[in-house]
Amino acid sequence: MNDQTMVTGSEEINIPSLAGVAARRAAQDAAQAAPQGDSGDRSGPSEQPVFTVRDLSVHYGKNLALKDVTMDIRPRRITAIIGPSGCGKSTLIRCFNRMNELIPGARVSGEILYRGENIYAPGVDPVVVRRHIGMVFQRPNPFPKSIYDNVAFGARINGYKGDMDELVERSLRRAALWDEVRNQLKKSALDLSGGQQQRLCIARAIAVEPDVILMDEPASALDPIATVRIEDLMQELKQDYSIVIVTHNMQQAARVSDETAFLYTEVDESTAGRWGILVEFGETGQIFTRPRDKRTEDYVSGRFG
Amino acid sequence: MIPVVMILYQITAKGITTMDWEFLTSSMPFSFRREGGGFLNGLVGTAIMVGLASAVSIPLGVLAAVYLVEYGKKNWLAKLIRFFSDVMTGVPSVFVGLFVYTALVIQFGFGALMGAASLAIIMMPIIVRSTEEMLKLVPNELKDASYALGAAKWQTIVKVILPSAAPGITTGVMLAVARAAGETAPLILTALGSYQLTAKLWGEPMSALTLAIFDGARNPFAAGQARAWAGALELLIIVLVFTMVARVVVSRSRISR
Repeated sequence: MNDQTMVTGSEEINIPSLAGVAARRAAQDAAQAAPQGDSGDRSGPSEQPVFTVRDLSVHYGKNLALKDVTMDIRPRRITAIIGPSGCGKSTLIRCFNRMNELIPGARVSGEILYRGENIYAPGVDPVVVRRHIGMVFQRPNPFPKSIYDNVAFGARINGYKGDMDELVERSLRRAALWDEVRNQLKKSALDLSGGQQQRLCIARAIAVEPDVILMDEPASALDPIATVRIEDLMQELKQDYSIVIVTHNMQQAARVSDETAFLYTEVDESTAGRWGILVEFGETGQIFTRPRDKRTEDYVSGRFG
Repeated sequence: MIPVVMILYQITAKGITTMDWEFLTSSMPFSFRREGGGFLNGLVGTAIMVGLASAVSIPLGVLAAVYLVEYGKKNWLAKLIRFFSDVMTGVPSVFVGLFVYTALVIQFGFGALMGAASLAIIMMPIIVRSTEEMLKLVPNELKDASYALGAAKWQTIVKVILPSAAPGITTGVMLAVARAAGETAPLILTALGSYQLTAKLWGEPMSALTLAIFDGARNPFAAGQARAWAGALELLIIVLVFTMVARVVVSRSRISR
């Protein structure tokens, strides 16, 4: 990847352009490939997290939306973010690839280290960040182009030199969509069903070969059968990618994720301000069966939300 | 609806009798009294002037609209552009002609470039405002999808926003082109009109279909009036065909993109 294209001479010292990340990622991948076979215990405690979040706060204008989130997200795991509506789940996930700054007035403080480098450091180009960290949205949003062009989009803008046909096929296969669309790649993506469109969006994200895939309620607009297919797909994908998923569906979080973060809304009575905080973060089994916090227990047992 | 049908009927019925191969392929005789000849000089003039005006106003107008929607948003410059676009849309076109006359024609003489300049001024605000509306309709989800794939802003504009809005932009552009092709008043003051077929861009007056129709229609001779009707039919068909071709091209490109 051509990470360094944005670097100009005078700023070099200041810019962690994520160039080192690709190399480190490759080394880690090689190291992890060695003890294969035991899918349960791939990540030891010494393993470097993909994301290290430290005191992350987000403001929209003057309103605090998310307060002091600190958490580590481990590689090749599915990390679920759950919580009631308006608790900042989407805000949090959109911080991981700097999508929040597309919203006018959004301001982020604290830091997110992606494989050791602060993606909010001055001089880091959000465009470069987003090439490493892909995203799938709540509503399927294919471009009004052909299926083929949708998948090829990211590779083309990144100046991909390899065999495009092969890349498109590989990405569609990985997203479990190839068999359904192999004979109609030139057809408009908008002719696909909602579930197919969402898998196309996943294929499109995979095609730029990201390290992490963020999913913001990827199944909330889909029917149960399409949802199951997406969930199965996520299990496949976590062999190669780190996945962070926002969901308001607790069963889904329990089914698919390895770790779960529970966000909750804190209210300041005097100013009527509302913001999200991270209440509890841990192994999914522990969060759902032995929550440490009363609020988590109330939420997962369905007492509210 | 009824007036439209009546206009179409009148123009077709009266124009068709004079419309023949000679009319389409030869220029005006030097007297309105004489029969025969045609509006080739006007057709070429309209093509040249509308073409030049489009070549300037379409790219500039679309760029201005992109600026308004994606960069300027609500800053003072964007507000200024919007305000003047709105004002310009409402200005009678003869004023535009007068402006170009005083600014350019007095110094450089009548000619195609002056005519094109006045047409460009008329087209520009229509293109800016219609394109702006179309760009605003591009859903944020599509922009998000593009940014999330690591596209820079210009890549998102060129590869996602403009193609998505292309059908709507084209409709607005067609409207502007049709308006320019039908303008008469500003051309009287800038291109003046001519009996002769010419492709010279400045230094001599140039005809246009509308100017030829105007000249033919206001004189008392039957031959000249008949040519004016045929000219009106010709202009009508050109605008119609142009619009239809653009529609077809747009609907095709939307599927294959």
